[in-house]
Amino acid sequence: MIPALEITGLSKRFGGLVVTRDITMRIAPGERRLIIGPNGAGKTTLFNQITGDLRPDAGSVRLFGEELLKLRTKDRVAKGLARTYQILTLFPQDTLLHNVVLALLGLRGERWDFWRALRRRSELFDLAHDALTQVGLGGSGDRLVAETSYGERRRLELAMALAQKPKLLLLDEPLAGLSQNERNAVSALLTTIPRDVTIVMIEHDMDVALAFAEQITVLHFGEVIVEGTRAEVVADPRTREIYLGE
Amino acid sequence: MTRSFIALLLIAVLLALVPFMMDDFFINLCSQILCYALFAVSLNLIVGYGGMTSLGHAAYFGIAAYAVTWLHTVAGWDHLTSAIGAVGVATGTAAVFGVLALRASGLSFLMITLALGQIVWGVAYRWVALTQGDNGMRFPQRPAPFGIDINGAMSFYYFSLIVFAVSVYVIWRVVNSPFGASLRGARDQPRRMRMLGHDVWMIRWAAFVMSGFWAAVAGLLFVYYQKFVSPYAVSLQQSAEVLLMTILGGASTLTGPMVGAIIVTLVKNVASTYVERWNALLGLIFVLAVVFMPTGLVPGFRRLISRKKPAAAPADETATPPAAAPERAS
Repeated sequence: MIPALEITGLSKRFGGLVVTRDITMRIAPGERRLIIGPNGAGKTTLFNQITGDLRPDAGSVRLFGEELLKLRTKDRVAKGLARTYQILTLFPQDTLLHNVVLALLGLRGERWDFWRALRRRSELFDLAHDALTQVGLGGSGDRLVAETSYGERRRLELAMALAQKPKLLLLDEPLAGLSQNERNAVSALLTTIPRDVTIVMIEHDMDVALAFAEQITVLHFGEVIVEGTRAEVVADPRTREIYLGE
Repeated sequence: MTRSFIALLLIAVLLALVPFMMDDFFINLCSQILCYALFAVSLNLIVGYGGMTSLGHAAYFGIAAYAVTWLHTVAGWDHLTSAIGAVGVATGTAAVFGVLALRASGLSFLMITLALGQIVWGVAYRWVALTQGDNGMRFPQRPAPFGIDINGAMSFYYFSLIVFAVSVYVIWRVVNSPFGASLRGARDQPRRMRMLGHDVWMIRWAAFVMSGFWAAVAGLLFVYYQKFVSPYAVSLQQSAEVLLMTILGGASTLTGPMVGAIIVTLVKNVASTYVERWNALLGLIFVLAVVFMPTGLVPGFRRLISRKKPAAAPADETATPPAAAPERAS
């Protein structure tokens, strides 16, 4: 079977600092993969190389067998890649609906329509409304992002990514900064995402993350230290070493 | 919706009645304001909606003015063909300059547009064989669209008003289209927009070229009005003035740059007869605006009004966006 995401020999250094060291990973279609590691382990840097924000020095990244590294970010997105950001990256002066509509436009030819009014595109707004409903924000579409709570913005991040119907979804700490209640709500939401979406998630909340993921990769100093099922990784002494010190 | 429609209708009636309320001097002044208002609105496409501050916008304005003059008087083309050719040349220049300037963003973008604008100015000033240098070029005769004579102050005003209205209507459509939404998105969160599948570079370039196109149309109005073009039309002073109009009135609103154009043109033409240092007066207005209404006069007054009526919707749709996250070099 062709893996959903296949990373081979990926390396990146900034001067003397190696941020990604020969990372190789295979993630099966429909898999839920968790990436953990201490701060500075290179988790977000890895995401940035998959999406094209950063250009790796060597290696290859394939999405369902197709090489991504030669493509620009927007073309990778067109192949079915979506991500959310650890640091919220939204359009604060616009409504929630408008945010999702921008996400929808990104993959549609209508984005080059210079003439017809956007607000008359009811089909786009209907789709956006559906995506918001999916994350429990169906009633808040007309509010401005600036007026919403942090938890709602986290959900909006998710709605924007899901609206694009991605094949591979990269979640960068989707629970960061949320209260316990919100965490439970969002993680319940994550489990409702259908299996035709493969998910790679960076997360520090171990309770939620371990419950969610089937396969876990531990990164440390840009390197894959341990990889395996939940039980294998938790039992591995190297995991303890990294997280608890020697 | 209906209220803004009534306001629009009132303004249209008022604009149509201008020539019946004023003498020729003021009618001409109004024609000039229309020309600069269109120029400022064109610049606003990239400054306000695109978040790309340019200090070289006079290039496209002036190139159109020079080109139409050259094509008409030297090459001997008729009015319509010269006008189309001139807008084509200016827009083509914008397309090329856009490719160069959009290699950078922010301050570097500003500096590149400034440098490119100065190249155009240098050509206008030094290439005497083409442009007659400092002496400038005379544009002998205004065109007669559909056989209508527009040499009088009143008829030229109406001509300008029609060109202005059609242009602003088209720009308004663009701003409210999906493309307009993408342009504002690329201004606020370029990185996110890429991650959503948008071609940020192409969006910016398309806006840049469009902006050059409408500046060229304004340049035609300018040369038809003045019947003369000199290096001043492509000077840094001209670029700076139109940028001042845009920011003073309120970038990223459609009406802001028009208000800015009215104020700057009035100060230049009217106040200068009473005050010798009108430039200082303009500077003072700008400083006051920056201190009290940093987002520009139109958004500033809108906010004042909505504060007086607390029942009104609190949201200010035109508020300037927060500074976009600094883009990472890739």
